[in-house]
Amino acid sequence: MSDLLQVKGLETQFRTREGSVHAVNGVSFNLKEGETLGIVGESGCGKTVSMMSLLGLIPMPPGKVVAGEALFEGKDLLKLSNEELRHIRGAKISVVFQDPMTSFNPVLTIGKQTAEPYQIHRNAGKEEAYERAVKYLEMVGIPNAKERLNDYPHQFSGGMRQRVMIAMGLICEPQILIADEPTTALDVTIQAQIIELMKRLRDELGMAIIWITHDLGIIAGLAHRVNVMYGGYIVETAPVKSLYKEPQHPYTLGLLGSLPRMDEMSYRRLVSIDGLPPTLLEKPTYCPFEPRCKYAVEKCRHSNPQLSQVEGEDHYAACWVNPKTGKEY
Amino acid sequence: MAEKEVLLKVEDLYKHFPIHKGLFSGSHEKVHAVDGISFEIYKGETLGLVGESGCGKSTTGRTILQLYRPTSGSVFFEGEDLAKLKGEALRKKRRYVQMIFQDPYASLNPRMTVGQIIGEPMEIHNTYKGAEQLKRVEELLELVGLNPAFINRYPHEFSGGQRQRIGVARALALQPKLIVCDEPISALDVSIQAQVVNLLEDLQEELGLTYLFIAHDLSMVRHISDRVAVMYLGVIVELADRNELYATPIHPYTKALLSAVPFPDPFIEETRKRIILEGDVPSPVNPPSGCRFRTRCQYAKEICAEEKPEFREVLPGHFAACHFSDELK
Repeated sequence: MSDLLQVKGLETQFRTREGSVHAVNGVSFNLKEGETLGIVGESGCGKTVSMMSLLGLIPMPPGKVVAGEALFEGKDLLKLSNEELRHIRGAKISVVFQDPMTSFNPVLTIGKQTAEPYQIHRNAGKEEAYERAVKYLEMVGIPNAKERLNDYPHQFSGGMRQRVMIAMGLICEPQILIADEPTTALDVTIQAQIIELMKRLRDELGMAIIWITHDLGIIAGLAHRVNVMYGGYIVETAPVKSLYKEPQHPYTLGLLGSLPRMDEMSYRRLVSIDGLPPTLLEKPTYCPFEPRCKYAVEKCRHSNPQLSQVEGEDHYAACWVNPKTGKEY
Repeated sequence: MAEKEVLLKVEDLYKHFPIHKGLFSGSHEKVHAVDGISFEIYKGETLGLVGESGCGKSTTGRTILQLYRPTSGSVFFEGEDLAKLKGEALRKKRRYVQMIFQDPYASLNPRMTVGQIIGEPMEIHNTYKGAEQLKRVEELLELVGLNPAFINRYPHEFSGGQRQRIGVARALALQPKLIVCDEPISALDVSIQAQVVNLLEDLQEELGLTYLFIAHDLSMVRHISDRVAVMYLGVIVELADRNELYATPIHPYTKALLSAVPFPDPFIEETRKRIILEGDVPSPVNPPSGCRFRTRCQYAKEICAEEKPEFREVLPGHFAACHFSDELK
């Protein structure tokens, strides 16, 4: 399948009182049509900022995209004007945000908010747009969708609101849906509902999904491919099975080791990653994970490794050391 | 746990919160946060308490400490009913039951130094003073893995994981016997969670502590607990040894809850069948009659609406509250 989105060398910085924070330091990846890409990392690793940079959704100032390009339909998203971006956001690329409690306008009805993207992007009349809103609200499993159009967000539960948000994101049938931790604020049984829903919609509508999360559990059953981010870099990228079976970057190994598993019958002490994530006040000139890495060698302190092919086809990691042997490649 | 000595016994505990709608309305509605629960915690064990948001697990923890006074019921700690104690007598007992709070950003006073925060309980209970107190605080800092030189710093100078360590040190200041851990890791990043969990485990071994570990993360609860209780809408629906509960759950809610947890393994996720619960948790203001779970239960029959299922020992040491326990076990 062909590439839908090509991101190359994306760099984003934020100006703060302490200096520039280098949130994203050269992120490159491709997204294929219909592919589900998982982006995993801890808070502050740049996973959300890199995606929001693509859509011009980071506040500027203090934020600034300083380098990179993002090709979508032959155009560089980073060079488009706000006006041009508006025709893409919500129409061809839409976003489902993390917190369904705060992402709605509390004084507008659900019907108006769900139909709005269709009215704007497809130039549809109110009646047509509302009809379509009902169709999509039904698709995401809102009971009595037609009667609920005139309800306000506070009349919906968290799980239901997240469904409405997904309906809103899908109403223009986008090619890419960016889901920014859409289930983090939800309970586990509701999370299971939303994940099943997204899988079904993906298969029905055939869109590509970028799923941002800190939970390696969620994307194991969902993504085709996973990017692991740390310190503003992609440190490992691989097809989902390859990543979980043969994790190559010490950070990925640490993340997987720090997760308890429900199928373990005997006790295993969790592998914790000592230390703290970097503050990113300077662009790292050496491996950003080095201070916390138990495999680190002299070279890691001087030079920042780039993504290179490690294990099998299509599996890349940015590390000087092969964690299996403990030696440099 | 060869000889099982009961440290804490909760009997028929109720906690209702009245809803105040307005100054003069005099509403008689109440939130049935905890609605008749009984369990025991043995000395030296970790009892996990899981459930979704709003199920009453945190209220249970707080009611045990008498931070909320129970509506009715008893909390026996070493044979004495805390619910009947008042003033000085309660204060003296509280020394032995401490709490670690969920949010390390909100539970430390920003105007107090680490030394003052950890020293305050000693001050209140007159255990250590002056130079002795200082020495004890330094010991505690070392015990939780912080540099004793940090004693004069303020909470904002620490990261989330470090702050939670300060919270742990404060809880340990009076050499308690029981610590109620109220979601101590849910505000932390994955790699930091493992650090705090390992610390709690080490301290338990070293100091012979007993924990009530409240959380919504089922895999972490399985990892740290000896026995696990599952709550739903103010009642405990199932309680069993950890391995037994996770391998052979009896209650339909436990089954659904466990099946909803995503596994960090794409190979397992590929073939896993999920029980997807329909709908949301009903409101605790007007909980369903009979069995609380019947509105979402696939096995529900008439009897479930009419009679409240008894919380009984279905298998040795394995309690469940379901009319169909014997068929489902």
